[in-house]
Amino acid sequence: MTERYVVAVDQGTTSTRCIVFDRQGRLVSVVQREHHQSYPRPGRVEHDAAEIWRNVRRLAPQALAEAGITAGQVAALGITNQRETTVLWDRHTGVPVGPAIVWQDTRTAAMVTGLAGEPGAAAVQERCGLPLAGYFSAPRIRWMLDETPGLRERAERGEVLFGTMETWLIWNLTGGLHVTDVTNASRTMLLDVRTLRWSAEACDFFGVPMAMLPEVRPSVGVLGTATTALPGVRIGAALGDQQAALFGQTCFSPGEAKCTYGTGGFLLLNTGTEPVRSGHGLLTTVAYQLAGEPATYALEGSIAVTGSLVQWFRDGLGLIGSAAEIETLARTVDDNGGCYIVPAFAGLFAPHWRSDARGVIAGLTSYVTKGHLARAVLEATGWQTREVVDAMNADSGLALRALNVDGGMTSNNLLMQFIADVLDVPVVRPMVAETVSLGAAYAAGLAVGYWPDLAGLRRNWHRAAQWAPAMDPARRAAEHENWQAAVERTLGWIRTPAVR
Amino acid sequence: MPGLIQSIERAAAVIRLLAAGSGWLRASEIGASLGLAKATTHGILRTLRHVGFVQQDPATGRYQLAAAVLAPGTRPLDRNELRSRVINWADPLAARSGEAVRVGALLDGQVLVVHHVFRPDDTPQQLETGALLPAHATALGKVLLAHDALSARDAGAGPLTAYTRRTVTKGAALRRTLAEVRTQGWAAEVEESVAGQAGVAAPIRTYGGLVVGAIGVSGPTDRICDSAGRPRAALVALVREIARAVSRDLAKVGS
Ligand SMILES: Nc1ncnc2c1ncn2[C@@H]1O[C@H](COP(=O)(O)OP(=O)(O)OP(=O)(O)O)[C@@H](O)[C@H]1O
Repeated sequence: MTERYVVAVDQGTTSTRCIVFDRQGRLVSVVQREHHQSYPRPGRVEHDAAEIWRNVRRLAPQALAEAGITAGQVAALGITNQRETTVLWDRHTGVPVGPAIVWQDTRTAAMVTGLAGEPGAAAVQERCGLPLAGYFSAPRIRWMLDETPGLRERAERGEVLFGTMETWLIWNLTGGLHVTDVTNASRTMLLDVRTLRWSAEACDFFGVPMAMLPEVRPSVGVLGTATTALPGVRIGAALGDQQAALFGQTCFSPGEAKCTYGTGGFLLLNTGTEPVRSGHGLLTTVAYQLAGEPATYALEGSIAVTGSLVQWFRDGLGLIGSAAEIETLARTVDDNGGCYIVPAFAGLFAPHWRSDARGVIAGLTSYVTKGHLARAVLEATGWQTREVVDAMNADSGLALRALNVDGGMTSNNLLMQFIADVLDVPVVRPMVAETVSLGAAYAAGLAVGYWPDLAGLRRNWHRAAQWAPAMDPARRAAEHENWQAAVERTLGWIRTPAVR
Repeated sequence: MPGLIQSIERAAAVIRLLAAGSGWLRASEIGASLGLAKATTHGILRTLRHVGFVQQDPATGRYQLAAAVLAPGTRPLDRNELRSRVINWADPLAARSGEAVRVGALLDGQVLVVHHVFRPDDTPQQLETGALLPAHATALGKVLLAHDALSARDAGAGPLTAYTRRTVTKGAALRRTLAEVRTQGWAAEVEESVAGQAGVAAPIRTYGGLVVGAIGVSGPTDRICDSAGRPRAALVALVREIARAVSRDLAKVGS
């Protein structure tokens, strides 16, 4: 019998990757291609959706060739993608009507401020489980419909289609299937987070014609069969990237959480089959849904500045030559020397949500050296994680028992120990670093019976490292108090609200 | 008798020139002052940058001698940098071998555990990153001693502690073993540091063959060794393959 495999396509912000996994969840081949980032004006970030599709069409056969396998040996394809990035295209020609607006793009900020004052704003936020923000897809659809002459009419006639990246790729792979999955749909602000259907009320509020929306499907379950790139291969799953990482970390039970530490940090906590409303500004989001089963929900708290603070320390201050050297510098001293850095570069996010805050370095004395500053940089990631975890514990009534981690910063041993110390729970790194692609592969393999069930996936999961909390409780409490005092000092720095 | 190597002389001249002044120099200024062609100057500067001897200012593109590069005690590769470069190779080694993986570097004659991946069986294990291991009694240590010219020469000059019956404690025997390690390209330990435990390790190299660390697996003797008590050939091949992959990565230009 010939060996069979599962393929994942990870359509990310800067590049697209195609990865082949075997039955043990081990990586067999990886190919990757970057796409062009376009910044036409300050605050605007665009991608060419056609270029991204061309990349996928090229990468998929390449990944199979590198693995030395044929499309016939691929049991299923799983797709995971940068979330909230929005593309509109012509139903008849399949050609995008303009550039895709990327999740980092802030052009809709002013429009969203206007929308916030309109009747129905509170009800829509309640219905979709998200705060009204330019970050999600609906305001971007609205912007394109407003700015492109004649587009709204065409959209109302059903001639123009909306999709996030997975929808766009599935449309192209299958030659015209217009579907999305619940996790991506839950980031549009158009989905009723309880019924998992498009909300007519939200569509009306944003002025988005329902005719342009894809059909909402479970994340795990065959969505269609590819006719190009991987002809004949079933598309078994689609998941937003952070949800895919949660799946790849096999956080299938309520109370299990993962945090991905890259440029920013993304913490997702599985809250079970009921959506949990946050009283602390966390997002209510769908974690995944297996076909024929109720959806599993998650609370999401993102930390805007984690690895990017290390980058600033390297490139902005020039105190280290590479990101990893921050640990060497931090280890030249035993503690932070009384110094705290709160990186509120663009205000404070969850759980504070203060746009008037700006970063501070608190507790400076002549005693403080660059070693202490390096410690303070790493500790900032630890304390910001603690704030999000505290908010999640309070919202969900679940006390986090362990934190699963992935991402580039997990190679920092001092940081991982510090996170365990301030959370007072073990921090666990799994053996496969590519949790996003692995999650998409797991979901797709599960959909076609390549893997039997969630328990089977858990058996593939192995612990690569674990950091046990070791900080004295009194010291933890005192340090936490100092951090909170430093956070206080960031507030109110921007005196007139910035006009955006 | 072999002659002198011109490109090394030229590189030395560039270093002398940069060391004489304290400001940043343009490539064209360096080329002009040494009478070198543009392509030659650029090639030499790119190579010196790659090996960390000169720095380039990203804003102006000018060059300066890298601070303290030649001071005694400086390392070609930061230890935490080594961990972040090796982490994505150490995981597959653990997954494919089914054994625990350690990456080590020399620290004052001992092996500093720079990175540790648990044996993938989810049994409780302690993270040993930061721990010190005896160099003469471990596979990692033998690889590191064998490729550090000074350590290799002086190995066994002082007393060698016996951790088990099998620990090599005679200086001459240790030096013989290290010579073997250099020729075969890998090292083993069979119940030399802990009874019932064995291990295999291979060198991690950067540009010019410089050894900056060692990577290896360890576990119960019956899993690491065959019935004749020798490390299993397939396991040795796997460890060497991964060590070579890491080395290729480290030696890449622009890394
Ligand atoms: N050893 C380290 N210590 C501290 N920070 C690190 C270390 N290694 C990497 N980083 C930081 O992690 C970030 C890179 O991680 P990663 O590659 O996972 O991020 P990413 O670019 O967000 O990922 P992706 O492009 O896949 O979305 C950088 O911001 C870098 O500063």
